[in-house]
Amino acid sequence: MTDPQTITALSSEFAGISTSEFRGETRVVVPRESIYAVLEFLRDKRGFDFLADITCVDYLNYRDAEDRFGLVYVLASTASNERVNLRVFLNEPDLSVPSAVPLWEGANWMEREVWDMFGIRFEGHPDLRRILLPDEFTAHPLRKDYPLQGRGERHNFPVLQRATS
Amino acid sequence: MAIEVPENVVVSKLDSLANWCRKNSLWPMPFATACCGIELMATAASRHDLARFGAEVMRFSPRQCDLMIVAGRVVMKMLPVLQRIWQQMPEPKWCISMGACASTGGVFDTYSVVQGIDRFLPVDMYVPGCPPRPEQLIQAVIDLQDEIQRRGTLSGREFQTRARQEPKRALVELPIVTVPRGAGRLSHGTLH
Repeated sequence: MTDPQTITALSSEFAGISTSEFRGETRVVVPRESIYAVLEFLRDKRGFDFLADITCVDYLNYRDAEDRFGLVYVLASTASNERVNLRVFLNEPDLSVPSAVPLWEGANWMEREVWDMFGIRFEGHPDLRRILLPDEFTAHPLRKDYPLQGRGERHNFPVLQRATS
Repeated sequence: MAIEVPENVVVSKLDSLANWCRKNSLWPMPFATACCGIELMATAASRHDLARFGAEVMRFSPRQCDLMIVAGRVVMKMLPVLQRIWQQMPEPKWCISMGACASTGGVFDTYSVVQGIDRFLPVDMYVPGCPPRPEQLIQAVIDLQDEIQRRGTLSGREFQTRARQEPKRALVELPIVTVPRGAGRLSHGTLH
């Protein structure tokens, strides 16, 4: 649950914040320009000391969707058990947000995973490489326009035979 | 001209003797990547006891093995590792592809899973099942033993003929169904 005071504080501090609630989970939509400031505010002023997750949703072909990507930050406070979900909507061609690594070291690998799977750039990330897929992979396969059966990446290997003595 | 041999002497061919030795002391390399690996462990454990067929010496160094059991799905990041391990095994060597995933990719027809290791490695025995029962794996080992006894040669000629008989499978992916790439701003309220 998110403390209503957190929402009030966010709304008074930043412009363009909208919130919604579903089954006890609060979702806060943050404009891309202020995401870093919002994260910093929540960490320093509201006691959200734990970044639980960074992930992404591709809304291509999604009914009633206005934006392509929804970047999701899940924050938690270990003192008050408070939780909040932040969402930043991104559209092509400018898919970049400031990195959260200066705030939480744990954002490092999560941002690398989002980059690997969705191709969202995190500006200021110390080491933005692929984390799961091979380095020579060229696509971002969790995007909805990536074909289910691959683009031939699975076949770029030599075929081995037994040594014929 | 008949040669007088004592009663306790058996005459055979050297090929057949060597194959008899080979087939009864297969040293498996367990390449277990998924749930098939659990069944592979069960096969080697006391109830099913792969030792009855002389294949109980699981070695984790490929240089000491002559039978690779690929148990589980192989992703494309793992395939170079698999190929290197295969190349490190001394000749003669055999390969069992255990389970649906190793043989065909199984249900994982995705961007990252290799659709059957036989596209990139020579495979001697396929074990169907998801995962196969230990009895099925034992059956595959027995069948492989029969094959080694029947076709094996000291010079490894059988691998040559097999390479000639089975040409490489055409490495073609299924046609890609293209989804029209969405514009930056998606149209409001459309259900594609």
